[in-house]
Amino acid sequence: MVQFGNIQIDEIQMRLLKEVADLHSVPEGAFNIRSNGKSAARFSTANIEIEPKEGASGIDVHIKPGTKNESVHIPVVMTQSGLTELVYNDFHIGEGADVTIVAGCGIDNCGPKDSEHDGIHRFYVGKGAKVRYVEKHYGSGTGSGKRILNPGTEVYMEEDSTMEMEMVQIKGVDDTDRTTTADLAAGAKLVVRERLMTHDKQRAISTYVVNLNGAGATADVVSRSVARDDSYQKFDAKIIGNAPCSGHTECDSIIMDNGRILAVPGLEANDVDAALVHEAAIGKIAGDQIIKLMTLGLTEQEAEEQIINGFLK
Amino acid sequence: MLELKNISFGVEDDGQEKEIIRDVSLTLPDNKLIVVTGPNGGGKSTLARIIAGIETPSSGQILLDGEDITHLSITERAKKGIGFAFQQPVRFKGLQVLDLIRLAAGKHLTVMDACSYLSKVGLCARDYINREVNSSLSGGELKRIEIATVLAKAPSLAIFDEPEAGIDLWSFQNLIEVFQRLREHIKDSSILIISHQERILNIADEIIVLRDGQLVRRGSRDEILPELIGTSAAIPACRVAEESEAM
Repeated sequence: MVQFGNIQIDEIQMRLLKEVADLHSVPEGAFNIRSNGKSAARFSTANIEIEPKEGASGIDVHIKPGTKNESVHIPVVMTQSGLTELVYNDFHIGEGADVTIVAGCGIDNCGPKDSEHDGIHRFYVGKGAKVRYVEKHYGSGTGSGKRILNPGTEVYMEEDSTMEMEMVQIKGVDDTDRTTTADLAAGAKLVVRERLMTHDKQRAISTYVVNLNGAGATADVVSRSVARDDSYQKFDAKIIGNAPCSGHTECDSIIMDNGRILAVPGLEANDVDAALVHEAAIGKIAGDQIIKLMTLGLTEQEAEEQIINGFLK
Repeated sequence: MLELKNISFGVEDDGQEKEIIRDVSLTLPDNKLIVVTGPNGGGKSTLARIIAGIETPSSGQILLDGEDITHLSITERAKKGIGFAFQQPVRFKGLQVLDLIRLAAGKHLTVMDACSYLSKVGLCARDYINREVNSSLSGGELKRIEIATVLAKAPSLAIFDEPEAGIDLWSFQNLIEVFQRLREHIKDSSILIISHQERILNIADEIIVLRDGQLVRRGSRDEILPELIGTSAAIPACRVAEESEAM
């Protein structure tokens, strides 16, 4: 066991915390660390209050209006094989606040049973507030049980608010079905950057439905992904323009081995001044990219790794 | 020193074998800047790609410092000291200029060291070092970054395939200076440039003329260049600029 602040966690949990939240010690600011289905540590600050939900698993995070440059970490780690949980986390972000929220889930499954964490996150972003949200998913362990993550994210953005979401899943998650919905009022801005890599027989489905409801609302939803081995991905992103607004969605993917990807970009314009664009490209690594790096002395395999690392950076 | 012995290379074209390189033998000695020129379609770029290992000759032998490298891979030849700057540089989504220069150097360069290679090719390093090597860069910018990667690799044989292609007149002057500086610091290495640009021919120690896949002339600059002036093997800079602007 290792000491983590005033709690003790095992080394696998420590490693998972580093992977999903870049945590080497107790974070500054507010935090809630959930371990094997229970809250292991929680800390609120003067401006950010975290309290457990009554009658359901999860937490309510209240961020006071005007809170600046503070952060909330809410990592989840699971090391018990066969554990399945459904957790509701709600974030109430006050008017004019400017905060960073770091979520993320790491599952280590060394047993025969499936481990599953389904996290439902709801964000109520107040007028003019700015949120940077980082969510990393990671799986490890040699057990035959699957590591399953099904995150649901709902974002409700008031006027002139901004939300930047970085969603990363690079390794080890066998099955994921992610749904993200967002409703934007006038002047609100949503930026999503998703990075995904699947390998072996993994399956990842990512669905976005973004409603641009107010004048001047903007959304930019970009996914970069790599599907290798026998894995499968589906990227389904829909932007609906219900007002004079602008939206862009892009899916840029590399397939390798027997990897398969279905990209379903969707646009719906219900206002004549809605300007919506989608782009999608799927293909294997270009041969001339590999040749160029080989002329610099890299082997073919090293060249592929560098190209993918850069692509997902 | 690089030796090519009886190199031939052919491709299938409409079911028929077409010879691109025909029985070319030549030696590239150390401490020389050699320019291969000749009309379009004469096999110049193919020859450069054969040396780098990107194409495999149908017959013949390639020796680097006496060692037979004919069957070595691109990677192995690169490790033995062959560098290659592409005529049309490759774009990479996500890889930054800094990443590419570090990969070329084969070690962890400091940002300042990496920047020095960009400065050598006339780019304001601070503006470029963290840029992605993607389609946001112009053809001329990419070309200069391509040359910077070869400088960072510091090969014993540096091959530049039509470095002037896609570069504007202003940058072209800068490019000539880059090659002049390379020539001055050539020390135990050699430089092979594929070009039909008169001002590049003008800085060559030796000129080789390839036509229809065959080596037709070889000699010192003073010997060969006067014969080429006015032919498509030696285009003045202003015409190069017009051509690249039209691209």
